[in-house]
Amino acid sequence: MNSYEARIEVGHRPGILDPQGGVIERALPALGYGNVSHVRVGKSIRLAVEASDEASARAQVEEMCRKLLANPVIEDFAVELVEIV
Amino acid sequence: MSTVGVVQFPGTNCEQDVAWAVKVLGGESEMLWHGDATVGTADAVVIAGGFAHGDYLRTGAIARFSPVMEAVAEFARAGGPVVGICNGFQILCEAGLLAGALQKNAGLKFRCETVDLRVETTTTVLTSKARTGQILRIPINHFEGNFVCDEGTLKGLQENDQIVLRYVDNPNGSLDDIAGICNEGRNVVGLMPHPERASEPILGSADGAVLLGSLL
Repeated sequence: MNSYEARIEVGHRPGILDPQGGVIERALPALGYGNVSHVRVGKSIRLAVEASDEASARAQVEEMCRKLLANPVIEDFAVELVEIV
Repeated sequence: MSTVGVVQFPGTNCEQDVAWAVKVLGGESEMLWHGDATVGTADAVVIAGGFAHGDYLRTGAIARFSPVMEAVAEFARAGGPVVGICNGFQILCEAGLLAGALQKNAGLKFRCETVDLRVETTTTVLTSKARTGQILRIPINHFEGNFVCDEGTLKGLQENDQIVLRYVDNPNGSLDDIAGICNEGRNVVGLMPHPERASEPILGSADGAVLLGSLL
């Protein structure tokens, strides 16, 4: 068995209003950053998983995302795996 | 006499209010514990408001996997009346028993006030005793009541007359002013406002009585 650290990013699906991103986008110009747009706020989730190989680890983590970690109605997710040696 | 099963998760805080309102309206209630995979002898189920499992990760995300939710889903599939109030609405969406999702209010304000709602359909388990177009004054109390779904889902809700209640003056950015929806079978209803908190005149409004009364 190998160990992998999964770095999961959960964010709003395109077209879904992101109220937190909107507030931050309106706040940044007040600090002088008038050149900022497309602010999106999401979640970062880290976990360690044991699996026979990276493909198996990825399949399991993506299943966790679909079942629990993200709500597919409003959220997308991206998974990055790093082997723990 | 109808018995209403009131679902109680760790963090639920409106179950006694619902039980009281049911009693005032002449019904009986029994508490349904989240860890038990049964709806007991209930003729109808209410998932009460609060913060089930602390609302960690997302509102309703953990609660939907509780044993009681399997029994609630089975009860709903058999046509049993199920109503989710506030956090209960969020849980029903997470469980896939209702379409869409509820996210943070536009403006990021917790809204706690009494609002006007318009009854949009009376062919649901929660509105059968109301009139279409009737205006009800009922409190809201939420941070995540902003209903969202994709365009196709919204079109389906509109065309199938599944939008049960709309806000007269949208307090949270909810899509199409939606305050409550039902499933295609019309026996599962979710709403953000709290009818149990408007169930007798001493509470400032008794307009919620027609909704909970429809369930009995």
